[in-house]
Amino acid sequence: MSKETTPNKVAKLDAEGLSLKSVSLWQITWRRLFKRKSALVGLFILGVLVFVALTAQWIAPYSPIEVLIGVEDVTPRQAPCIHLLGCPKDQPQHIMGIDGNVRDQFSRILHGARQSLIIGFSTVTFAIVIGTVLGALGGYLGGWVDNVIMRIMDVVLAFPSLLLAIAIVTVLGPGLVNALLAIGIVSIPAYARVVRASVLSVREMDYVSAAKAMGGNTFHILFKRILPNALTPLIVQGTLGIATAILDAAALSFLGLGAQPPLAEWGSMLGAERNQVFTAPHLVFYPGLAIMLTVLAFNLLGDGLRDALDPRLGHVAG
Amino acid sequence: MTTYILRRILSSIPVLLGILFATFALARWIPSDPCRAILGEKATDVICDRFMREHGLDRPIHIQFGYYLNEIAHGDFGQSFRYGEPVTKILVERLPTTVELSFSALFVALLVGIPLGVISAVKHNSWIDVLTMFWANIGVSMPVFWLGLMLAYVFALLLRDTPFQLPPSGRLSPGILPDSFATVWGWQLEPGFLSSVVDFLSRMNLLNAILSGNWTLFKDAAKHLILPSLALGTIPMALIARMTRSSMLEVLGQDYIRTARAKGLPKSKVVLKHAFRNALLPLVTVIGLSLGSLLGGAVLTETVFGLNGVGRILYDAITARDYGIVQAFTVVIAIFFVILNLLVDISYAYLDPRIRLE
Repeated sequence: MSKETTPNKVAKLDAEGLSLKSVSLWQITWRRLFKRKSALVGLFILGVLVFVALTAQWIAPYSPIEVLIGVEDVTPRQAPCIHLLGCPKDQPQHIMGIDGNVRDQFSRILHGARQSLIIGFSTVTFAIVIGTVLGALGGYLGGWVDNVIMRIMDVVLAFPSLLLAIAIVTVLGPGLVNALLAIGIVSIPAYARVVRASVLSVREMDYVSAAKAMGGNTFHILFKRILPNALTPLIVQGTLGIATAILDAAALSFLGLGAQPPLAEWGSMLGAERNQVFTAPHLVFYPGLAIMLTVLAFNLLGDGLRDALDPRLGHVAG
Repeated sequence: MTTYILRRILSSIPVLLGILFATFALARWIPSDPCRAILGEKATDVICDRFMREHGLDRPIHIQFGYYLNEIAHGDFGQSFRYGEPVTKILVERLPTTVELSFSALFVALLVGIPLGVISAVKHNSWIDVLTMFWANIGVSMPVFWLGLMLAYVFALLLRDTPFQLPPSGRLSPGILPDSFATVWGWQLEPGFLSSVVDFLSRMNLLNAILSGNWTLFKDAAKHLILPSLALGTIPMALIARMTRSSMLEVLGQDYIRTARAKGLPKSKVVLKHAFRNALLPLVTVIGLSLGSLLGGAVLTETVFGLNGVGRILYDAITARDYGIVQAFTVVIAIFFVILNLLVDISYAYLDPRIRLE
């Protein structure tokens, strides 16, 4: 049964590693992560994305907001022209074509990677910070504090997340920052629950009592003794959360509630040209593909991390 | 079982109140002055004072919330100042489209997702399993609006004049008249609650076509529903396939499955009768979770496919700053969502007797 030998092998490897020299949890996690092809694919895509986001201004052939009227002989929504694929050499090369405002689509896609990563990381960081504080307070203090916090979280969860985000942006007004805030707010409960569950699971343990007996203050016990236990589930949840955040932010921008033109953001690029899908499909195809690959990368990585960090799931993951 | 259901209903009341309060607070949070937003920038202070008094907007906030609850309990969700009609009326007109779309998307998701999950669990680690899981990963990462646009491009443009051509927008072709089943049956209804219900049902084209036996209507409506349902159903489909697979894998490793196999039962019977029924439980949860993404995705799908459902009107209302509609629809959809989750929980308890005793 190959199903049973894999985790055994991993366990054996881990045990060997531990006996030879001290191996940190992170090294073990890395080792397990590298064994999973899908996680590697995710890491690879993410690597490319980070590279593109960091170097966009040098590798992009044009500025993302440069209007090419009068600069080159191009028309709005011109189809892609790739020299290698037989496009005449005397025409300027635009491998993803020209958008409705006569800008180079490829350069805009490259710059969009930056927006996507910023969106993903900033919303999730916001949600993790607030969610951790709320979850930790609820779990550690218990009683009415816990009750109030968790009931509020229930209400937030009672709304379909995209819908609540839409409602919040309607009130705050459209714009990328408000969209991020809205997505951040709707994703707080997921983190609050994860942290609360971790806190509850160790609150009564002996080492916590020991820390209390030694006179440690609440703040110290909570942040130094209890919360590190929530780190692994938070990392998994956070990675998957980035995927959802990017998807939701793209949806809000698509509806015109998020990023505003001329910012090169994939969702708003797609939204601006959606009525041209029959005449200029390249303007819809590439931004969507970019969103999908980015979200896919975080989903694959999140799933891989979950399996790598949680030995109990080893046999289910196969 | 009855006690469980009652307890579960009671426990969702605070959440419902919370939802109502949250949407109420959101609407009051709007920075603009409601009087001048409705009556125009030029309204004088005297007129505005009267307006605020008449609409109870000068009362303390908790009293206003009380009024709001009272109105909602009477099915009054206020007026849309863009359409000049009661929101309830717009809701009855638009909700059937969304309900029909969501259900057919869920149907597509179950129809494809469950068999794929079962097959990839039974043929664990085979090429079909790898392929399914690869596809499922892509499915959950798919932006609904992009998939919708791409489907429309492929089926309406690339496959034009082939048997696979499908319409990219709308609910019915021009010239197809959706006669209400009530008219076909010769019912004469007085305006009232019953006629609203009949009206609501007859606006769901597929249901109406079946009830009135109108085959042309059914075919046309189904044709228009295929692409939106595929677009909207993809994410739940992928989630369902993944969940079915992992819960089937877990069940297939159990001792009683080995016993069943050892008794000499045919494999198909073991998989379908012994394993699948036990693997159903987590599936119910994932269906519940999918409902949220279905309702949120409906906004995007309806916008892409030009369907006049709740999602589409919500989008229009946002662009026109018609807060009354945004607020009312958010409440209605959230209540809908809570009720659906309640049903999921109850079916969960029905499937697993242990839950009732908790």
